[in-house]
Amino acid sequence: MTQFLFYFLSFVAVAAGLMVITAKNPVHSVLYLIIAFFAIAGHYILLNAQFLAIVHIIVYAGAIMVLFLSVIMLLNLNKDNEPAKSNVLKLAAAVAAGLLLVTFTGTLKGTESIIAAQPYDDQIGYVKALGKVLFNDFLLPFEVSALLLLSAIIGAVVLVKHDLK
Amino acid sequence: MFTPDLIFKIVLIVSIFAITLVIAMYSTYGERKIAAFMQDRLGPNRAGIFGILQPLADGVKMFMKEELIPDISNKVLFILGPCLAMTTALMTSAIIPWGSSINIGGTDFSLQITDLNIGVLYVFAVTSIGVYGIMIGGWASNNKYSLLGALRASSQMISYEIAMGLAIIALIMSTGTLSLKEISAAQSGFHWNIFVQPLGFLIFIICSFAETNRAPFDLPECETELIGGYHTEYSSMKLGFYLFAEYINMFIASAVISTLYFGGYNFPFMNDMGLSSNAVAILGVIFLFAKIFFFIFFFMWIRWTIPRFRYDQLMRLGWTVLIPLAIFNILLTGAIIFATNN
Repeated sequence: MTQFLFYFLSFVAVAAGLMVITAKNPVHSVLYLIIAFFAIAGHYILLNAQFLAIVHIIVYAGAIMVLFLSVIMLLNLNKDNEPAKSNVLKLAAAVAAGLLLVTFTGTLKGTESIIAAQPYDDQIGYVKALGKVLFNDFLLPFEVSALLLLSAIIGAVVLVKHDLK
Repeated sequence: MFTPDLIFKIVLIVSIFAITLVIAMYSTYGERKIAAFMQDRLGPNRAGIFGILQPLADGVKMFMKEELIPDISNKVLFILGPCLAMTTALMTSAIIPWGSSINIGGTDFSLQITDLNIGVLYVFAVTSIGVYGIMIGGWASNNKYSLLGALRASSQMISYEIAMGLAIIALIMSTGTLSLKEISAAQSGFHWNIFVQPLGFLIFIICSFAETNRAPFDLPECETELIGGYHTEYSSMKLGFYLFAEYINMFIASAVISTLYFGGYNFPFMNDMGLSSNAVAILGVIFLFAKIFFFIFFFMWIRWTIPRFRYDQLMRLGWTVLIPLAIFNILLTGAIIFATNN
């Protein structure tokens, strides 16, 4: 059952990912990307990482993609008013994406030994386990990133307040 | 294969699904009656006694209407919009504890479909993807008014989600768990979270109004400016689905508010009356629904009392009032927890 789900979710993720780059309409691309995100969240659940899965959906599908979608809808991009890209730009994009692929492959190549070294723990993705790790081993980076996000929110509030002199 | 537990779960799922739909159906009737009462009118009173069959008549009317799909719209997405709105509206009911547990023949059956250890976050996630139905429908209609409604819905949703999340963080700090089952159980008797988190409750309920697109935050369908907003082009049962999804959202939001802040299925003196645990569980379900009906009434009460916000007022309220208040609430909660622990 788990194996079947894994292959199904992988198929959905890869197919949706391909549709993102082949779809002609940018709004369709965004919608396929959302499907891909849901498939990846399904993978997290298969790995017992419920917290990661739900945060993935809240942050990516629930906030970032909504923002993407509204911006694209507002610009109303379509073939008629989209400026034609020059060949140099296309080449640059292809080279950059190829380099990214090389980086990912290089990173993933070394992971097999890491997985073997760690004993499997079925509580690993639970909020309790995650909280313990974050607040014991990575307290400073965690607090610093929290501060960064908080300052972003406060920055947005300050931008709204016109009469703040 | 069919263990008693599985059969009980299936019965529970089907009955909650049916109850949700019936309550949403009669919310439309309730809304019209309450509006009529507040405006000193009679309201629907022709179909059946007191107009009690009005929702059925409305349903038949919706199905019988001619179905129009605009020629230049995107057909697949046009149909997907209302489907998504309905699906996401129904999803949250899976993790709400509708009661404690019922003992049948020596085994305990929990009156909750499933208990996730990330329960509160699940509610939050479903709320945040709920906007897609509106956005996709509004965009696929290929109509400027629909698109404006969809854009308003998305920016409103994102803005109020932040304050809602911060209010939930304060609640989680005081309860110490994300599971809705444990949050409910911890409020046993009269230890309701509203007494611990009054400010958090206020922020949460305001954000619930904004997230369900109810007045005074119903700008995505603001009929004075946008005709019908995101559902301008919709007709027949597709329009019905959008309207229905709004009432389901209202019911679920009321259930979440009751569970998080008003004790869920708990009621005062529940353990001192000398009743059997089954009787307490059944009374608990009745009390939970009483609370839910009160909040549905509250939603309608506000809608027919307070005028709609202007869009800039809506954004200003969300960003400059609710978010600072929610951050202050987190600081206050942290300080109190720190003081009581020492």
